[in-house]
Amino acid sequence: MRTVNQPIRKKDAMQLLTGQPVYVNDVAPDNCLIVKLLRSPHPNAWVEEIRTDAAKKVPGIEAVFTWQDVPQDGPRFTLAGQTYPEPSPQDRLVLDRHVRFVGDPVAIVAGRDEKCVDRALRMIKVKYQVLDAVLDFRTAKDNPILVHPEDNWEALCPVGADNKRNLCAHDECGEGDVEAVLADCDVVLDRTFHTKANQQAMMETFRTFCSIDTYGRLHIVSSTQIVFHCRRIVAKALGIPKSKVRVEKTRIGGGFGAKQTAVIEIYPAFVTWKTKKPCKLIYSRKETQTASSPRHEMELHVRLGAMKDGRIRAIDLYTLSNTGAYGEHGPTTVGLTGHKSIPLYGKTEAFRFISDVVYTNEMSAGAYRGYGATQGLFAVETTVNELAQLLDMDPIVLREQNIIHEGDVMPAYYGEVNTSCALDRCIARVKEMIGWDDKYPCRDMGNGKVRGVGIGLAMQGSGISGVDVGSAALKVNDEGFYTLRIGAADMGTGCDTILAQIAAEVLECEMDDVTVFGADTDASPYDSGSYASSTTYVTGKAVEQAALELRDKICTLGARLLGCDADSVIFDGTSVICEKTGQSISRKEIATASQCGNTIALEATRTHSSKTSPPPFMAGAAEVEVDLETGAVEVIQYAAAVDCGTPVNPNLARVQAEGGILQGIGMTLTEDITYKNGRVLENSLMQYKIPTRQDIGHIQVEFESSYEDLGPFGAKSIGEVVINTPLPAVTAAVHNATGLWFRELPITPEKIVLGRLHQQE
Amino acid sequence: MLLSLTLNEKKVQAEIAPDMLLIDFVRSQGCLSVKRGCETSNCGLCTVFLDGKPVLSCSVPAARADGHCVTTLEGLQEEAKEFGAFIADQGAEQCGFCNPGFVMNALALFRENPDPDEEEIREYLAGNLCRCSGYEGQLRGIQKFLEWKKKGGAS
Amino acid sequence: MFTCKEYKKAATLEEAWQLNQKRSNLLIGGMLWVKMGHRSVGTVIDLSDLGLDTIEETEEEFRIGCMVTLRQLEKHEGLNAYTNGAICESVRHIVGVQFRNTATVGGSIFGRFGFSDVLTMMLALDSYVELYKGGVIPMSEFVSRKRDRDILVRIIIRKRPGSFAYQSMRNTKTDFPVLAVAAGRIDGRLFISIGARPMRAVQLVTDAKNAADAGLPDGVLETISEGGKITPEQAKALGEYAAGAVAVGTNLRASAEYRQELIRVLVKRACLAL
Repeated sequence: MRTVNQPIRKKDAMQLLTGQPVYVNDVAPDNCLIVKLLRSPHPNAWVEEIRTDAAKKVPGIEAVFTWQDVPQDGPRFTLAGQTYPEPSPQDRLVLDRHVRFVGDPVAIVAGRDEKCVDRALRMIKVKYQVLDAVLDFRTAKDNPILVHPEDNWEALCPVGADNKRNLCAHDECGEGDVEAVLADCDVVLDRTFHTKANQQAMMETFRTFCSIDTYGRLHIVSSTQIVFHCRRIVAKALGIPKSKVRVEKTRIGGGFGAKQTAVIEIYPAFVTWKTKKPCKLIYSRKETQTASSPRHEMELHVRLGAMKDGRIRAIDLYTLSNTGAYGEHGPTTVGLTGHKSIPLYGKTEAFRFISDVVYTNEMSAGAYRGYGATQGLFAVETTVNELAQLLDMDPIVLREQNIIHEGDVMPAYYGEVNTSCALDRCIARVKEMIGWDDKYPCRDMGNGKVRGVGIGLAMQGSGISGVDVGSAALKVNDEGFYTLRIGAADMGTGCDTILAQIAAEVLECEMDDVTVFGADTDASPYDSGSYASSTTYVTGKAVEQAALELRDKICTLGARLLGCDADSVIFDGTSVICEKTGQSISRKEIATASQCGNTIALEATRTHSSKTSPPPFMAGAAEVEVDLETGAVEVIQYAAAVDCGTPVNPNLARVQAEGGILQGIGMTLTEDITYKNGRVLENSLMQYKIPTRQDIGHIQVEFESSYEDLGPFGAKSIGEVVINTPLPAVTAAVHNATGLWFRELPITPEKIVLGRLHQQE
Repeated sequence: MLLSLTLNEKKVQAEIAPDMLLIDFVRSQGCLSVKRGCETSNCGLCTVFLDGKPVLSCSVPAARADGHCVTTLEGLQEEAKEFGAFIADQGAEQCGFCNPGFVMNALALFRENPDPDEEEIREYLAGNLCRCSGYEGQLRGIQKFLEWKKKGGAS
Repeated sequence: MFTCKEYKKAATLEEAWQLNQKRSNLLIGGMLWVKMGHRSVGTVIDLSDLGLDTIEETEEEFRIGCMVTLRQLEKHEGLNAYTNGAICESVRHIVGVQFRNTATVGGSIFGRFGFSDVLTMMLALDSYVELYKGGVIPMSEFVSRKRDRDILVRIIIRKRPGSFAYQSMRNTKTDFPVLAVAAGRIDGRLFISIGARPMRAVQLVTDAKNAADAGLPDGVLETISEGGKITPEQAKALGEYAAGAVAVGTNLRASAEYRQELIRVLVKRACLAL
């Protein structure tokens, strides 16, 4: 292959590295109104009275909006970027008289500059009726305090939601008789795990600017992964026709799922629609840390049954998920905790997976890379590691005995067949990379420091089966260069480049011959957006198909120009050649001819959706060094082998993996979310500690590729699976160094030291 | 108040609010490479040179820079391209939002220590957060750049 | 956000002092902490034109101007030779180079922040502060004083035969310390300071006067006064002593119980490194 599977530079790389102004706040005009939000200081309260007259008089203030400007009995909506009808309940208003978490917006203020807006915010007087709040998600279900008591709350899909029980979703599924199989097992491990509402912490906070365009329509320019969903959400929120809304994205300064929720667009959209003036809203880091779309906090209860010989026979998982004050991605994330962990163990005779997603008066959760699979795999993989210890088996040998293989049916994965899988090779590779046999389980370094190794496996999906839609539109321009229009969102991942690689491969041209445009609801073909690990697999396939169709059209016009039959010509990427006469006409000449007296559109648009979601697989192994006296943990080496099918761009796939792994390590060791009276304490990058480059040794990534027939050139996904293995692998490595199992993250030095102290007692 | 300073080797005079921060000043002058990523001086995105030293422009009052020299990535385009190419070859620029601050501070490192070892690289750049790359690709790019420099910078 | 009505680069210390007597005015160092607050200030007073950004070294002492940055401390050869690199170790974990190029020693000390590595280090160096009106007073006295409107002009470290070490524990490499310990042997005395308890740093002086109360094992004092190497047993006992002598608390980063443990470990390690 000429361009696919090649480590090609990202098309925008040098623009980004030289600091060109390509992000929302670089392109927003200077005359934008500044928008800020007044937020509730209470986790659950009723706005009894709100006085804005003094604030409105502050010089420079353009508008102040409160719940009184928003029909309270109007249709509610969700901010989740999901295909309509969204599984997430319709539970929001632009401004709601009932505020449900510390940070819930109470008023929108727009003014000339930051100073006057800040002043106006201080001058708004709010009288709250403070209500009792649900602050422990374990007590939320059927709690007498209801987070969403309102009657216009609505669930569009049958996800088991019931606002009168604080339930955002409930589901039960399974196969076989779990209780009977567990009763028949030699050992049954019964373990409970707890993960927190981790923040994506992308470097660019949420930001949007809005204006009214030439046609009187609302033009939204945002840092978003979901332009089309955003159009739908804003139109519903504002009660205006979708034809009145255009959403465009700029470069995105990181997303990781955060920007798969329309966290902020509705506010500046509201201001511009009401005032008809351009405005922008730039979230502070504090807002991004406290009023955004983090990972769902979860408690996972695993029961795993096995025989003494290591055969895993049954997995029973109950997941309790905390969606916070609103239900974005609540019903869907929880499903992945079971559906993307249990299938790894292909020999199980029975499984059961029950889940509850509950509302609380804490910050609302959303989509974060891994999307529930991360939490589920932490629980299941750690339990498997504990099983290995219990049976005195090498955890790698235990995995080799039990894992899923290519061709197996996966009952816990919606019954799909495992069409491409190199998980066995991934495990073997990682074992070698980390030097497992020399290092397992631990080595005393003789200076109070012990090194341990641990392993974890992971899978994810490639798009949402039968739901996600990817499209590509390709056309030929002057001199024969191509334009590829997409609705997928490059958020730094490099999908603009990857999709161009696929086009260039099919069209047999150079990368520079393909320009990429995306994403804009007015100009891009429909695409669900970039999430659920869908872009390479789903949109990539659409690109492949569009490029094939465009080849045909080039041949048709070329043949007409050459005066021969369309089926007697071939296209070699540069010229159309008549096989009978040997005559040829160049792509450049065809392109020129296409602009004069031509009736054949040199343009092709294809839309693709996949009935299945072939999982990428991965094995990861960590070596940590623990200072037993201080509890300090250093990840010295992290080795990972990934089966993402064909890596379309090995450089970009590698960096995806390296970055995802470090995010996973952060979640395991340093990134905590704690609350005091409903207020998030880790509200800045000073308190929420993402890893620095001094906090990681070396991350080593290799590819063990299977070939997925349904993907473009054999590709599956890479974006999400990479975050999952560090949680169980590092946890097991810490165990092997310290003798302690940690089932709540993060594993801080304090927990290690106190754990050892209390163990000795 | 009136502020006079040298910005990217050009004399600039402007009327500013006394509490304006340097980041907002340089952005108002069109130096949009300078980004704000936090309010707590933790991320390094806003790195500029003040009299040749890398500082956090989000934490320096613009007025303090009066009479001094400020450099942003806009003023270091050739160096940025030369070094940036090595990061691009790793795909480690990713979303790009941290890139200007990272490139600025890497250039500061190379000026201060033309032959840093791995630990020195990690330590000097510790204040430049990146959430995309896991840092490994940035490290590879830096090391390849340094090797290339050692060989005289020939392609 | 932080706001002010005027910004003044003082031409003299007297001018700065006069301005600083007004409660609504504010003297700034590196501005790192001030910027994060929401204060509305009248006049911001900047000392950066007063030549206080240098470290002067003489035969007898180091004179560190209040506008010297943490990065200057970190890179200063004389200071690091005198402290066996402890000064560098005390600041090199603070956020990043750009932060340390921005943060000033004066700001760090004057704020008497609980998390201050610099303060912890300076206490173990038995250093002095020079106040514009208040004259030269020991750092240990300055720490316990209430904030007033005087100006911290310099920090003075008197050179005496000694050795120094710095230890800290952080949840991530560039985070605030969970606990910081500095140790210094000066003229036959042992100074141990403990910071980030999370309250502000305290200084323990071990000499003949308090040895009995502290319950130190036999021989520790002799070792220190005679300049011998502290043994592992003695270091451990010093850790126990410090853990018993210093109050600790709980904050977001760690509990009191863990900090108590860390005092044992870090004091032991610091003493062994002397």
